[in-house]
Amino acid sequence: MSDLSQASQTAHIEEAHATTTGISHNKLLMWAFLGSDCMFFGSLIMTFMVYRGKAAGGPRPQDIWDIPYTSISAAVLLLSSLAIVLALTYLQRGNERAFRIWLLATAALGLLFLGGQYYEFTTFYHEGLTLHSSLFGTTFFVLTGFHGTHVGIGVIWLLSLAWMSKRGKIPASRAEMPEIVALYWHFVDIVWIIIFAVVYLIPYKP
Amino acid sequence: MAQVTTTQQGAQYRRSIIWEWITTVDHKKIGILYLFTSLFFFLIGGILAMMIRTQLIVPDNTFLGPATYNEVFTMHGTIMIFLAVMPLNAAFFNFLIPLQIGARDVAFPRLNAFSYWAFLFGGLLILSSFLFGAAPNAGWFGYANLTTLTYSPGINVDFWIFGLQILGIASVASALNFFVTIINMRAPGMRMMRMPVFTWMSLVTAVLLMLAIPSLTIGLVELTFDRYFGTLFFEPNAGASVVLWQHLFWIFGHPEVYIMVLPPFGMISEILPTFSRKPLFGYPFVVYSGIAIGFLSFGVWAHHMFAVGLGPVANSVFATTTMLIAIPTGVKIFNWLGTLWGGSIVIKTPLLFAAGFVGMFTIGGISGVMHASVPVDYWQTDSYFVVAHFHYVLFGGSLMAILGGIYYWYPKMFGRMMNDKLGKIHFWTVLIAFNMTFFPMHFLGIDGMPRRIYTYPDGMGWNFWNMEESIGAYFLGLSMLLFAYNFIHSLRSGEIAPADPWDGRTLEWSIPSPPPAYNFAVVPTVTSRDEFWEMKYGSNEQTADQKTNLNPTVEDERHIHLPPPSYFPLIAAGGLLGMGAGMVMHGDGMAVSWYIFGAGILVLAFGLFGWSFEPNH
Repeated sequence: MSDLSQASQTAHIEEAHATTTGISHNKLLMWAFLGSDCMFFGSLIMTFMVYRGKAAGGPRPQDIWDIPYTSISAAVLLLSSLAIVLALTYLQRGNERAFRIWLLATAALGLLFLGGQYYEFTTFYHEGLTLHSSLFGTTFFVLTGFHGTHVGIGVIWLLSLAWMSKRGKIPASRAEMPEIVALYWHFVDIVWIIIFAVVYLIPYKP
Repeated sequence: MAQVTTTQQGAQYRRSIIWEWITTVDHKKIGILYLFTSLFFFLIGGILAMMIRTQLIVPDNTFLGPATYNEVFTMHGTIMIFLAVMPLNAAFFNFLIPLQIGARDVAFPRLNAFSYWAFLFGGLLILSSFLFGAAPNAGWFGYANLTTLTYSPGINVDFWIFGLQILGIASVASALNFFVTIINMRAPGMRMMRMPVFTWMSLVTAVLLMLAIPSLTIGLVELTFDRYFGTLFFEPNAGASVVLWQHLFWIFGHPEVYIMVLPPFGMISEILPTFSRKPLFGYPFVVYSGIAIGFLSFGVWAHHMFAVGLGPVANSVFATTTMLIAIPTGVKIFNWLGTLWGGSIVIKTPLLFAAGFVGMFTIGGISGVMHASVPVDYWQTDSYFVVAHFHYVLFGGSLMAILGGIYYWYPKMFGRMMNDKLGKIHFWTVLIAFNMTFFPMHFLGIDGMPRRIYTYPDGMGWNFWNMEESIGAYFLGLSMLLFAYNFIHSLRSGEIAPADPWDGRTLEWSIPSPPPAYNFAVVPTVTSRDEFWEMKYGSNEQTADQKTNLNPTVEDERHIHLPPPSYFPLIAAGGLLGMGAGMVMHGDGMAVSWYIFGAGILVLAFGLFGWSFEPNH
């Protein structure tokens, strides 16, 4: 294929993807999905709020909380947002290797957070908090577990990106795809700030 | 139907008609699949309605037992809402939106195919419950804790939960897709305030779906955890709230009402101007009141819960918002009347249905405002008055408009006309039979006949109207058979439709009937509202382009890029079905259930990965 026809083909594809707003379909889809996802989390957070502090039948939140521990794991998750920003910046500058390194760092921080959540869940479980010990147990595990699932999906997505990048499929000109993943990742981090405040930080009545 | 032969890959995919439809990503074909599937489900829902009316025709009837009656009315509601009216609207979204905004497809053609297959499989999962003698039986609203394991130990509710979850995924995926399509794929010059009203109302509906379905999904997730993993969300003994489900459900359930009726509002707003030969009266009012309805619909849910005992403050607030939402709805009624006023009216079947819609929907709207008053609602709640109300808005409203929409766009979809004389007979018989069936329910409700009872004793004074309603219902069923005949017969033997049989106003009429795979040979440049009308009768430079669109040359086609077909959406949706079926089987205690669930996840993952890495240019 000659350079000329390749160029015209590229132009053709770009023309086919011209959009009314100038925002690509994929990015608009992600924004719309995140709007929808707000309502998923919103419904679960509302349920948690309605039942907040109803711990009869199992340990109370203030008995089992380890706020410093959870703060560190929250910090790990927030740092991953920084890492993905660095990854994107490197890709936009054309440094694909540094892009992959920071992408993997993001995924590793996400996995560290998930590991921390696993450890926290098992600790609470051994202290008597289960899905059916009390409404507190029910709502705590389902809400934080739903968030953890989001992080897990994000990690799989980040690793897929790293693998594609390794195969040379994500040059700087296609930086939008990781940018969309980053939108999702930031959203999941922001939701954790809300969950962390609502679930852990606001004091419970003694 | 034109083959997708416009890309080099096209040839190798040309296998058979069935393969072509299974792998299609063409929005028009997907729209037609939606149409046929939802009409099939509508037929089943209609048969269930006939069974209900047969049971109630005389007092102390034994045609259906109480347990079967619960299944029948639950399935009637579930099917009509989730498997008939919503997907009938989706059929029009699919077929019309790209044509109305001058696009060649939707933003995500494969996601669109996935939405259809997930809808089909979700519907089949719910319907398959009949085969196992375990149809859902807790009402279409499935109030927890009635639906927790304690009170609904069978797998009836499980079919309902997982069927609805799959349908919810289909709806959200489709809503996201149409949101992006409408915002991002408009032809040059198609500004927001130049969009056809049907497209506008579809946009509002898409936003409602994106924001309302999650509340139902989370409610169902919580119910699933209660039933499968012993959580306590709906367990009053553990201190759980008995109205939590009602809040979650109706935060979804009230916007849902507008999800079902806003697209019909849009259809009416297309049909009335065409047959009145004048523009829609007060276009901006129709658009803005549609947006206002969408916004307010999230603030009225507790009017479904007035009798729960939320207290006078909550009840007053929700009574006020409910009365407020009547204002934008009333604005639209006057816009439609104003459109007809002074027009050169052409009386064809679509116009009759549109006019019928305005009348019947107004009756339903008025009884709706009655319920907004809390004391009145205390009297009418859970009585047949409510049944009358929502059939006036859903059948007399949504479905009337959808029938009108089918008559109106059938020529565009299939290239043939439906018989207008039969259509008019259909309209008048539907109008009479519908009112025979549902109007007396107002009287019965005021006389105190409760909803959802499987029979009633003699001597309550309810005998006459129940008999009369059942006769009306049979009459209505016969009338719908006439529609079925007209629909099927016209597919082969209808008069060949020209591109623009009604002298239409919007872009879909500027291309051949049925449209070619690529829709527009030349993407139109839009200069006004009612663009096609302006092309025909205004001073507009587009006339040349217009001719090109009707007579595309072969050379044109070869340069148009269309997405290649794909079977991955079907596979991904099949994975969802496997997951749902596995969960239901687990509810039945079958040992293989987790394997089937796991296989479903693997199939879904395979479908999604294949889809992501499949070349789509």
